[in-house]
Amino acid sequence: MPKDLVSIKDISKEETEALIDTALSFKAVLRRDIKKVPALRGKTVVNLFFEPSTRTKTSFELAEKRLSLDVINFAVSSSSVVKGESLLDTVRTIESYGIDYLVIRHPSSGVPHFIAKQTHASVVNAGDGINEHPTQALLDAVTMKERKGGVKGLEVAIVGDILHSRVARSNVDCLMKLGASVRLVGPPTLIPLNPPAGVKVYYDMDDGIRGADVVMMLRIQLERQGKSFFPSTKEFFKYWGLSAERLVLADKDALVMHPGPMNRGIEIASDVADCPQSVILEQVTNGIAVRMAVIYMLQ
Amino acid sequence: MMNKELLNKQDIERILSRIAHEIMEKNKGPEKLCLVGIQRGGVHIAHRLSARIDMIEHVSVPVGSLDISLYRDDISRRKKLPIVRKTDIPFDISEKVIVLVDDVLFTGRSIRAALDALMDFGRPAQIQLAVLIDRGHRELPIRADYVGKNIPTARNENIEVQLEEESAEEKVVLISGE
Repeated sequence: MPKDLVSIKDISKEETEALIDTALSFKAVLRRDIKKVPALRGKTVVNLFFEPSTRTKTSFELAEKRLSLDVINFAVSSSSVVKGESLLDTVRTIESYGIDYLVIRHPSSGVPHFIAKQTHASVVNAGDGINEHPTQALLDAVTMKERKGGVKGLEVAIVGDILHSRVARSNVDCLMKLGASVRLVGPPTLIPLNPPAGVKVYYDMDDGIRGADVVMMLRIQLERQGKSFFPSTKEFFKYWGLSAERLVLADKDALVMHPGPMNRGIEIASDVADCPQSVILEQVTNGIAVRMAVIYMLQ
Repeated sequence: MMNKELLNKQDIERILSRIAHEIMEKNKGPEKLCLVGIQRGGVHIAHRLSARIDMIEHVSVPVGSLDISLYRDDISRRKKLPIVRKTDIPFDISEKVIVLVDDVLFTGRSIRAALDALMDFGRPAQIQLAVLIDRGHRELPIRADYVGKNIPTARNENIEVQLEEESAEEKVVLISGE
Protein backbone atom coordinates (compact mmCIF):
# COMPACT_ATOMS: atom_id res chain seq x y z
CA MET A 1 0.00 0.00 0.00
CA PRO A 2 1.35 3.47 -0.80
CA LYS A 3 1.91 6.24 1.76
CA ASP A 4 -0.92 8.37 0.38
CA LEU A 5 -4.27 8.01 -1.31
CA VAL A 6 -4.63 11.09 -3.47
CA SER A 7 -5.84 9.33 -6.59
CA ILE A 8 -7.49 6.02 -7.41
CA LYS A 9 -4.67 5.66 -9.95
CA ASP A 10 -2.20 5.37 -7.03
CA ILE A 11 -3.44 1.93 -6.05
CA SER A 12 -3.34 -1.34 -7.97
CA LYS A 13 -6.33 -3.54 -8.66
CA GLU A 14 -5.23 -5.89 -5.86
CA GLU A 15 -4.85 -3.02 -3.41
CA THR A 16 -8.26 -1.67 -4.40
CA GLU A 17 -9.85 -5.06 -3.78
CA ALA A 18 -8.04 -5.41 -0.46
CA LEU A 19 -9.36 -1.98 0.59
CA ILE A 20 -12.90 -2.98 -0.32
CA ASP A 21 -12.68 -6.25 1.64
CA THR A 22 -11.15 -4.51 4.62
CA ALA A 23 -13.93 -1.91 4.51
CA LEU A 24 -16.48 -4.72 4.73
CA SER A 25 -14.69 -6.02 7.85
CA PHE A 26 -14.79 -2.51 9.32
CA LYS A 27 -18.50 -2.32 8.55
CA ALA A 28 -18.98 -5.23 10.93
CA VAL A 29 -17.11 -3.24 13.59
CA LEU A 30 -19.61 -0.39 13.11
CA ARG A 31 -22.47 -2.77 13.94
CA ARG A 32 -21.00 -3.70 17.34
CA ASP A 33 -22.05 -2.18 20.64
CA ILE A 34 -18.54 -0.83 21.07
CA LYS A 35 -17.75 0.69 17.71
CA LYS A 36 -14.20 1.75 18.51
CA VAL A 37 -11.06 -0.32 17.94
CA PRO A 38 -7.60 0.57 19.30
CA ALA A 39 -5.90 0.06 15.92
CA LEU A 40 -4.32 3.53 15.57
CA ARG A 41 -4.16 4.58 19.21
CA GLY A 42 -1.53 7.23 19.80
CA LYS A 43 -1.51 8.48 16.21
CA THR A 44 -2.83 11.85 15.15
CA VAL A 45 -4.78 13.04 12.14
CA VAL A 46 -5.47 16.58 10.97
CA ASN A 47 -8.52 17.27 8.84
CA LEU A 48 -7.66 20.21 6.65
CA PHE A 49 -10.73 21.38 4.77
CA PHE A 50 -10.32 24.41 2.51
CA GLU A 51 -13.81 23.95 1.14
CA PRO A 52 -17.16 23.69 2.90
CA SER A 53 -18.05 20.08 3.66
CA THR A 54 -20.37 18.60 6.21
CA ARG A 55 -20.89 15.00 5.27
CA THR A 56 -17.42 14.07 4.05
CA LYS A 57 -15.82 15.80 7.01
CA THR A 58 -18.20 14.15 9.47
CA SER A 59 -17.62 10.78 7.83
CA PHE A 60 -13.82 11.11 8.02
CA GLU A 61 -13.96 12.36 11.58
CA LEU A 62 -16.15 9.47 12.70
CA ALA A 63 -13.92 6.97 10.87
CA GLU A 64 -10.84 8.45 12.56
CA LYS A 65 -12.41 8.34 16.02
CA ARG A 66 -13.51 4.72 15.49
CA LEU A 67 -9.84 3.89 14.85
CA SER A 68 -8.83 5.64 18.12
CA LEU A 69 -6.91 8.39 16.32
CA ASP A 70 -6.54 11.79 17.95
CA VAL A 71 -8.41 14.15 15.65
CA ILE A 72 -7.64 17.81 15.01
CA ASN A 73 -9.94 19.80 12.75
CA PHE A 74 -8.10 22.68 11.15
CA ALA A 75 -10.77 25.22 10.34
CA VAL A 76 -9.38 27.17 7.45
CA SER A 77 -11.68 30.18 7.59
CA SER A 78 -10.50 30.97 11.11
CA SER A 79 -6.84 30.14 10.57
CA SER A 80 -3.82 32.05 9.39
CA VAL A 81 -4.65 31.21 5.79
CA VAL A 82 -6.95 34.22 5.77
CA LYS A 83 -4.03 36.22 7.13
CA GLY A 84 -2.05 35.33 4.03
CA GLU A 85 -0.07 32.24 5.04
CA SER A 86 0.89 30.12 2.03
CA LEU A 87 -0.43 26.60 1.59
CA LEU A 88 3.00 25.09 2.05
CA ASP A 89 3.66 27.05 5.24
CA THR A 90 0.31 25.93 6.61
CA VAL A 91 1.19 22.30 5.90
CA ARG A 92 4.71 22.62 7.35
CA THR A 93 3.28 24.18 10.49
CA ILE A 94 0.75 21.38 10.88
CA GLU A 95 3.41 18.76 10.24
CA SER A 96 5.51 20.25 13.03
CA TYR A 97 2.76 19.32 15.47
CA GLY A 98 3.91 15.74 14.87
CA ILE A 99 1.01 14.31 12.93
CA ASP A 100 0.68 10.99 11.13
CA TYR A 101 -2.23 11.55 8.75
CA LEU A 102 -3.49 14.56 6.83
CA VAL A 103 -6.95 14.51 5.28
CA ILE A 104 -7.30 17.33 2.82
CA ARG A 105 -10.05 18.89 0.76
CA HIS A 106 -9.28 21.83 -1.49
CA PRO A 107 -11.18 23.69 -4.22
CA SER A 108 -8.15 23.51 -6.54
CA SER A 109 -7.31 20.31 -8.40
CA GLY A 110 -3.94 18.80 -7.56
CA VAL A 111 -3.41 20.33 -4.12
CA PRO A 112 -3.39 16.97 -2.23
CA HIS A 113 -0.88 15.60 -4.78
CA PHE A 114 1.39 18.59 -4.15
CA ILE A 115 1.10 18.33 -0.37
CA ALA A 116 1.70 14.58 -0.35
CA LYS A 117 5.14 15.20 -1.84
CA GLN A 118 5.96 17.80 0.83
CA THR A 119 5.09 15.91 3.99
CA HIS A 120 6.02 12.68 5.76
CA ALA A 121 2.44 12.27 6.92
CA SER A 122 0.06 10.03 4.96
CA VAL A 123 -2.20 12.23 2.86
CA VAL A 124 -5.78 11.28 2.01
CA ASN A 125 -7.56 13.26 -0.67
CA ALA A 126 -11.07 14.16 0.50
CA GLY A 127 -11.85 15.89 -2.79
CA ASP A 128 -9.77 18.32 -4.85
CA GLY A 129 -11.68 20.70 -7.10
CA ILE A 130 -13.22 18.88 -10.04
CA ASN A 131 -10.40 16.35 -10.08
CA GLU A 132 -10.73 13.36 -7.73
CA HIS A 133 -12.57 12.01 -4.72
CA PRO A 134 -11.06 8.54 -4.26
CA THR A 135 -12.80 7.53 -1.02
CA GLN A 136 -16.18 8.22 -2.63
CA ALA A 137 -15.33 5.89 -5.51
CA LEU A 138 -14.23 3.21 -3.05
CA LEU A 139 -17.38 3.48 -0.96
CA ASP A 140 -19.47 3.20 -4.11
CA ALA A 141 -17.55 0.05 -5.06
CA VAL A 142 -18.11 -1.37 -1.57
CA THR A 143 -21.84 -0.72 -1.90
CA MET A 144 -21.93 -2.44 -5.30
CA LYS A 145 -19.89 -5.40 -4.09
CA GLU A 146 -22.09 -5.86 -1.03
CA ARG A 147 -25.36 -5.60 -2.94
CA LYS A 148 -24.37 -7.27 -6.21
CA GLY A 149 -21.74 -9.72 -5.04
CA GLY A 150 -19.00 -8.11 -7.10
CA VAL A 151 -18.15 -5.18 -9.32
CA LYS A 152 -16.71 -7.09 -12.29
CA GLY A 153 -19.12 -7.24 -15.22
CA LEU A 154 -21.60 -4.70 -13.87
CA GLU A 155 -23.10 -2.13 -16.23
CA VAL A 156 -22.84 1.16 -14.38
CA ALA A 157 -24.50 4.32 -15.72
CA ILE A 158 -23.17 7.56 -14.24
CA VAL A 159 -25.68 10.29 -14.97
CA GLY A 160 -25.69 14.07 -14.90
CA ASP A 161 -22.99 16.67 -14.39
CA ILE A 162 -19.96 14.55 -15.33
CA LEU A 163 -17.87 17.56 -16.30
CA HIS A 164 -17.69 19.11 -12.83
CA SER A 165 -17.73 15.85 -10.93
CA ARG A 166 -14.69 14.53 -9.09
CA VAL A 167 -16.98 11.70 -7.97
CA ALA A 168 -17.47 10.65 -11.61
CA ARG A 169 -13.77 10.91 -12.42
CA SER A 170 -12.69 8.73 -9.51
CA ASN A 171 -15.54 6.30 -10.10
CA VAL A 172 -14.64 5.80 -13.75
CA ASP A 173 -11.05 4.92 -12.80
CA CYS A 174 -12.11 2.66 -9.95
CA LEU A 175 -14.87 0.83 -11.82
CA MET A 176 -12.76 0.24 -14.94
CA LYS A 177 -9.95 -1.10 -12.78
CA LEU A 178 -12.37 -3.55 -11.16
CA GLY A 179 -13.76 -4.71 -14.51
CA ALA A 180 -17.15 -2.98 -14.68
CA SER A 181 -18.36 -1.31 -17.86
CA VAL A 182 -19.09 2.36 -17.47
CA ARG A 183 -21.56 4.58 -19.28
CA LEU A 184 -21.53 8.36 -18.96
CA VAL A 185 -24.97 9.89 -19.47
CA GLY A 186 -25.90 13.56 -19.63
CA PRO A 187 -26.28 16.65 -21.79
CA PRO A 188 -23.35 17.21 -24.19
CA THR A 189 -22.46 20.40 -22.33
CA LEU A 190 -21.81 18.43 -19.13
CA ILE A 191 -19.80 15.55 -20.58
CA PRO A 192 -16.06 16.00 -21.16
CA LEU A 193 -15.03 16.36 -24.80
CA ASN A 194 -12.46 13.60 -24.39
CA PRO A 195 -14.04 10.95 -22.21
CA PRO A 196 -11.70 8.28 -20.81
CA ALA A 197 -10.98 5.38 -23.16
CA GLY A 198 -13.33 2.46 -22.79
CA VAL A 199 -16.39 4.29 -21.48
CA LYS A 200 -19.56 4.67 -23.51
CA VAL A 201 -21.18 8.09 -23.79
CA TYR A 202 -24.94 8.60 -24.05
CA TYR A 203 -26.66 11.94 -24.57
CA ASP A 204 -30.06 10.26 -24.24
CA MET A 205 -31.02 9.25 -20.72
CA ASP A 206 -33.36 6.41 -21.72
CA ASP A 207 -30.67 4.76 -23.87
CA GLY A 208 -28.06 5.42 -21.22
CA ILE A 209 -29.75 3.61 -18.36
CA ARG A 210 -31.42 0.83 -20.35
CA GLY A 211 -30.51 -2.52 -18.75
CA ALA A 212 -28.02 -0.93 -16.34
CA ASP A 213 -27.21 -2.73 -13.06
CA VAL A 214 -26.38 0.51 -11.29
CA VAL A 215 -27.72 4.01 -11.93
CA MET A 216 -25.48 6.53 -10.23
CA MET A 217 -26.96 10.01 -10.21
CA LEU A 218 -24.67 12.98 -9.67
CA ARG A 219 -25.49 16.26 -8.03
CA ILE A 220 -25.89 19.22 -10.35
CA GLN A 221 -23.09 21.43 -9.05
CA LEU A 222 -24.69 24.82 -9.45
CA GLU A 223 -21.88 26.40 -7.41
CA ARG A 224 -19.16 25.30 -9.85
CA GLN A 225 -20.99 26.46 -12.92
CA GLY A 226 -20.00 29.93 -14.02
CA LYS A 227 -22.15 29.73 -17.11
CA SER A 228 -25.29 28.05 -18.30
CA PHE A 229 -24.90 24.41 -19.23
CA PHE A 230 -28.64 23.76 -19.51
CA PRO A 231 -31.67 26.06 -19.78
CA SER A 232 -33.36 25.35 -16.45
CA THR A 233 -33.38 22.82 -13.62
CA LYS A 234 -36.92 21.90 -14.67
CA GLU A 235 -35.75 21.09 -18.15
CA PHE A 236 -32.78 19.16 -16.76
CA PHE A 237 -35.10 16.92 -14.76
CA LYS A 238 -37.30 16.36 -17.81
CA TYR A 239 -34.40 15.09 -19.94
CA TRP A 240 -31.83 13.70 -17.51
CA GLY A 241 -33.56 13.36 -14.16
CA LEU A 242 -34.22 9.91 -12.69
CA SER A 243 -37.96 9.45 -12.41
CA ALA A 244 -39.81 6.28 -11.41
CA GLU A 245 -40.99 5.86 -15.04
CA ARG A 246 -37.41 6.01 -16.26
CA LEU A 247 -36.01 3.68 -13.64
CA VAL A 248 -38.01 0.74 -15.07
CA LEU A 249 -35.77 0.93 -18.16
CA ALA A 250 -32.81 -0.17 -16.05
CA ASP A 251 -32.42 -3.76 -14.84
CA LYS A 252 -35.26 -4.66 -12.50
CA ASP A 253 -32.81 -5.08 -9.61
CA ALA A 254 -30.78 -2.00 -10.50
CA LEU A 255 -29.28 -0.04 -7.62
CA VAL A 256 -29.97 3.68 -7.41
CA MET A 257 -26.99 5.58 -6.02
CA HIS A 258 -26.22 9.23 -5.29
CA PRO A 259 -23.14 10.67 -3.55
CA GLY A 260 -25.21 13.39 -1.85
CA PRO A 261 -26.23 16.00 -1.13
CA MET A 262 -29.25 15.39 -3.36
CA ASN A 263 -31.20 17.99 -5.25
CA ARG A 264 -34.60 16.30 -5.10
CA GLY A 265 -36.65 17.12 -8.15
CA ILE A 266 -33.61 18.27 -10.18
CA GLU A 267 -31.48 15.18 -10.83
CA ILE A 268 -33.55 12.62 -8.92
CA ALA A 269 -37.27 12.34 -8.19
CA SER A 270 -38.10 12.33 -4.51
CA ASP A 271 -39.91 8.98 -4.63
CA VAL A 272 -36.98 7.35 -6.45
CA ALA A 273 -34.54 8.59 -3.82
CA ASP A 274 -36.60 6.79 -1.17
CA CYS A 275 -37.53 3.67 -3.17
CA PRO A 276 -36.40 0.13 -2.19
CA GLN A 277 -33.79 0.12 -4.98
CA SER A 278 -32.14 3.20 -3.53
CA VAL A 279 -28.94 2.51 -1.55
CA ILE A 280 -28.16 6.17 -0.92
CA LEU A 281 -28.15 5.92 2.88
CA GLU A 282 -26.15 2.69 2.74
CA GLN A 283 -23.52 4.62 0.79
CA VAL A 284 -23.24 6.98 3.76
CA THR A 285 -22.67 4.09 6.19
CA ASN A 286 -20.16 2.47 3.84
CA GLY A 287 -18.33 5.79 3.63
CA ILE A 288 -17.27 5.53 7.26
CA ALA A 289 -16.10 1.92 6.81
CA VAL A 290 -14.11 2.79 3.66
CA ARG A 291 -12.40 5.76 5.30
CA MET A 292 -11.43 3.55 8.23
CA ALA A 293 -9.98 1.01 5.81
CA VAL A 294 -8.04 3.64 3.84
CA ILE A 295 -6.47 5.30 6.87
CA TYR A 296 -5.73 1.94 8.48
CA MET A 297 -4.03 0.47 5.41
CA LEU A 298 -1.87 3.38 4.23
CA GLN A 299 1.78 2.91 5.08
CA MET B 1 16.11 -24.51 5.35
CA MET B 2 15.17 -27.83 6.93
CA ASN B 3 11.61 -28.98 7.45
CA LYS B 4 10.72 -31.60 10.01
CA GLU B 5 7.26 -33.08 10.35
CA LEU B 6 6.21 -33.05 14.01
CA LEU B 7 2.59 -34.20 13.81
CA ASN B 8 0.60 -35.95 11.10
CA LYS B 9 -3.14 -35.93 10.47
CA GLN B 10 -3.81 -38.79 12.87
CA ASP B 11 -1.77 -37.16 15.65
CA ILE B 12 -3.72 -33.93 15.23
CA GLU B 13 -7.05 -35.75 15.40
CA ARG B 14 -6.08 -37.60 18.57
CA ILE B 15 -4.93 -34.37 20.17
CA LEU B 16 -8.18 -32.58 19.33
CA SER B 17 -10.22 -35.47 20.76
CA ARG B 18 -8.23 -35.27 23.97
CA ILE B 19 -8.65 -31.49 24.24
CA ALA B 20 -12.40 -31.82 23.63
CA HIS B 21 -12.58 -34.27 26.54
CA GLU B 22 -10.46 -32.01 28.73
CA ILE B 23 -12.70 -29.03 28.00
CA MET B 24 -15.76 -31.06 29.02
CA GLU B 25 -14.04 -32.40 32.11
CA LYS B 26 -12.94 -29.00 33.32
CA ASN B 27 -16.25 -27.29 32.64
CA LYS B 28 -18.60 -30.05 33.82
CA GLY B 29 -20.94 -29.81 30.87
CA PRO B 30 -21.28 -27.47 27.96
CA GLU B 31 -24.25 -25.23 28.95
CA LYS B 32 -22.41 -21.92 29.24
CA LEU B 33 -19.55 -22.89 26.93
CA CYS B 34 -18.62 -21.06 23.72
CA LEU B 35 -15.60 -21.49 21.45
CA VAL B 36 -13.90 -18.54 19.78
CA GLY B 37 -11.19 -19.23 17.21
CA ILE B 38 -8.50 -16.71 16.33
CA GLN B 39 -8.22 -16.12 12.55
CA ARG B 40 -7.24 -18.11 10.68
CA GLY B 41 -5.97 -21.45 12.02
CA GLY B 42 -7.77 -21.14 15.34
CA VAL B 43 -11.15 -20.87 13.63
CA HIS B 44 -10.83 -24.28 11.96
CA ILE B 45 -9.64 -25.89 15.18
CA ALA B 46 -12.54 -24.32 17.12
CA HIS B 47 -15.03 -25.79 14.65
CA ARG B 48 -13.44 -29.22 14.95
CA LEU B 49 -13.50 -29.08 18.76
CA SER B 50 -17.17 -28.12 18.62
CA ALA B 51 -17.91 -31.10 16.36
CA ARG B 52 -16.09 -33.44 18.76
CA ILE B 53 -17.92 -32.08 21.80
CA ASP B 54 -21.14 -32.68 19.86
CA MET B 55 -20.06 -36.30 19.34
CA ILE B 56 -19.22 -36.78 23.01
CA GLU B 57 -22.08 -34.95 24.69
CA HIS B 58 -24.60 -34.50 21.85
CA VAL B 59 -24.80 -30.75 22.30
CA SER B 60 -23.71 -28.06 19.93
CA VAL B 61 -21.32 -25.52 21.37
CA PRO B 62 -21.46 -22.24 19.44
CA VAL B 63 -18.33 -21.18 17.55
CA GLY B 64 -17.21 -17.63 16.77
CA SER B 65 -14.27 -16.26 14.83
CA LEU B 66 -12.08 -13.40 15.96
CA ASP B 67 -9.72 -11.23 13.92
CA ILE B 68 -7.19 -9.55 16.17
CA SER B 69 -5.33 -7.33 13.71
CA LEU B 70 -7.03 -4.14 14.98
CA TYR B 71 -5.85 -4.94 18.51
CA ARG B 72 -2.21 -5.83 17.78
CA ASP B 73 0.68 -3.94 19.35
CA ASP B 74 2.99 -4.12 16.33
CA ILE B 75 0.98 -2.12 13.81
CA SER B 76 3.74 0.44 13.28
CA ARG B 77 6.16 -2.38 12.42
CA ARG B 78 4.01 -4.13 9.85
CA LYS B 79 5.41 -4.83 6.43
CA LYS B 80 2.79 -6.48 4.31
CA LEU B 81 -0.78 -5.53 3.53
CA PRO B 82 -2.69 -5.70 6.83
CA ILE B 83 -5.86 -7.51 5.77
CA VAL B 84 -8.59 -7.42 8.38
CA ARG B 85 -10.44 -10.73 8.36
CA LYS B 86 -13.92 -11.42 9.56
CA THR B 87 -14.86 -11.27 13.19
CA ASP B 88 -18.12 -13.13 13.63
CA ILE B 89 -19.35 -13.86 17.13
CA PRO B 90 -23.02 -14.71 16.59
CA PHE B 91 -23.87 -15.01 20.29
CA ASP B 92 -23.77 -12.87 23.42
CA ILE B 93 -20.55 -13.64 25.30
CA SER B 94 -21.65 -12.02 28.56
CA GLU B 95 -21.61 -14.45 31.52
CA LYS B 96 -20.38 -17.24 29.22
CA VAL B 97 -17.32 -19.44 29.55
CA ILE B 98 -15.25 -18.72 26.46
CA VAL B 99 -12.57 -21.08 25.24
CA LEU B 100 -10.25 -19.07 23.04
CA VAL B 101 -8.65 -21.30 20.41
CA ASP B 102 -5.42 -20.73 18.47
CA ASP B 103 -3.12 -22.97 16.49
CA VAL B 104 0.28 -21.89 17.87
CA LEU B 105 1.06 -20.15 21.17
CA PHE B 106 4.32 -18.22 20.90
CA THR B 107 5.02 -14.81 22.45
CA GLY B 108 1.51 -14.47 23.87
CA ARG B 109 0.97 -11.13 22.12
CA SER B 110 -1.80 -12.47 19.88
CA ILE B 111 -3.62 -13.78 22.94
CA ARG B 112 -3.26 -10.41 24.67
CA ALA B 113 -4.82 -8.78 21.59
CA ALA B 114 -7.57 -11.41 21.47
CA LEU B 115 -8.45 -10.83 25.13
CA ASP B 116 -8.80 -7.09 24.48
CA ALA B 117 -10.90 -7.74 21.38
CA LEU B 118 -13.18 -10.15 23.25
CA MET B 119 -13.75 -7.66 26.07
CA ASP B 120 -15.23 -5.24 23.53
CA PHE B 121 -18.01 -7.76 22.91
CA GLY B 122 -19.10 -8.16 26.51
CA ARG B 123 -18.06 -9.46 29.91
CA PRO B 124 -17.57 -13.22 29.85
CA ALA B 125 -17.72 -15.16 33.12
CA GLN B 126 -14.38 -16.77 32.27
CA ILE B 127 -11.93 -17.06 29.39
CA GLN B 128 -9.83 -20.18 28.90
CA LEU B 129 -7.17 -20.84 26.26
CA ALA B 130 -6.73 -23.91 24.05
CA VAL B 131 -3.79 -24.23 21.61
CA LEU B 132 -2.64 -26.99 19.34
CA ILE B 133 1.07 -26.18 19.76
CA ASP B 134 2.90 -24.33 22.52
CA ARG B 135 6.33 -23.41 21.20
CA GLY B 136 7.50 -21.35 24.18
CA HIS B 137 9.26 -17.94 24.18
CA ARG B 138 6.49 -16.12 26.02
CA GLU B 139 6.88 -12.35 26.31
CA LEU B 140 3.75 -11.87 28.42
CA PRO B 141 2.38 -13.65 31.51
CA ILE B 142 0.02 -15.87 29.53
CA ARG B 143 -0.37 -19.67 29.64
CA ALA B 144 -2.76 -22.08 27.97
CA ASP B 145 -5.37 -24.18 29.81
CA TYR B 146 -5.31 -26.88 27.12
CA VAL B 147 -2.14 -27.67 25.15
CA GLY B 148 -2.05 -30.14 22.27
CA LYS B 149 1.72 -30.51 22.26
CA ASN B 150 4.61 -28.64 23.81
CA ILE B 151 7.35 -28.18 21.23
CA PRO B 152 10.58 -26.52 22.38
CA THR B 153 11.85 -24.32 19.55
CA ALA B 154 14.62 -21.88 18.84
CA ARG B 155 13.58 -18.30 18.14
CA ASN B 156 14.67 -18.42 14.52
CA GLU B 157 12.65 -21.57 13.91
CA ASN B 158 9.07 -21.51 12.77
CA ILE B 159 6.07 -23.75 13.35
CA GLU B 160 3.68 -24.21 10.46
CA VAL B 161 0.29 -25.75 11.11
CA GLN B 162 -1.28 -27.02 7.89
CA LEU B 163 -4.94 -27.96 8.23
CA GLU B 164 -6.91 -29.73 5.54
CA GLU B 165 -9.40 -26.83 5.41
CA GLU B 166 -6.65 -24.75 3.77
CA SER B 167 -3.89 -27.12 2.67
CA ALA B 168 -3.57 -30.26 0.60
CA GLU B 169 -2.02 -32.16 3.47
CA GLU B 170 -2.64 -32.01 7.19
CA LYS B 171 0.47 -31.77 9.37
CA VAL B 172 2.53 -29.66 11.74
CA VAL B 173 6.00 -28.82 10.47
CA LEU B 174 9.03 -27.34 12.18
CA ILE B 175 10.86 -25.04 9.78
CA SER B 176 14.37 -24.39 11.03
CA GLY B 177 16.32 -21.21 10.42
CA GLU B 178 19.70 -20.95 8.75
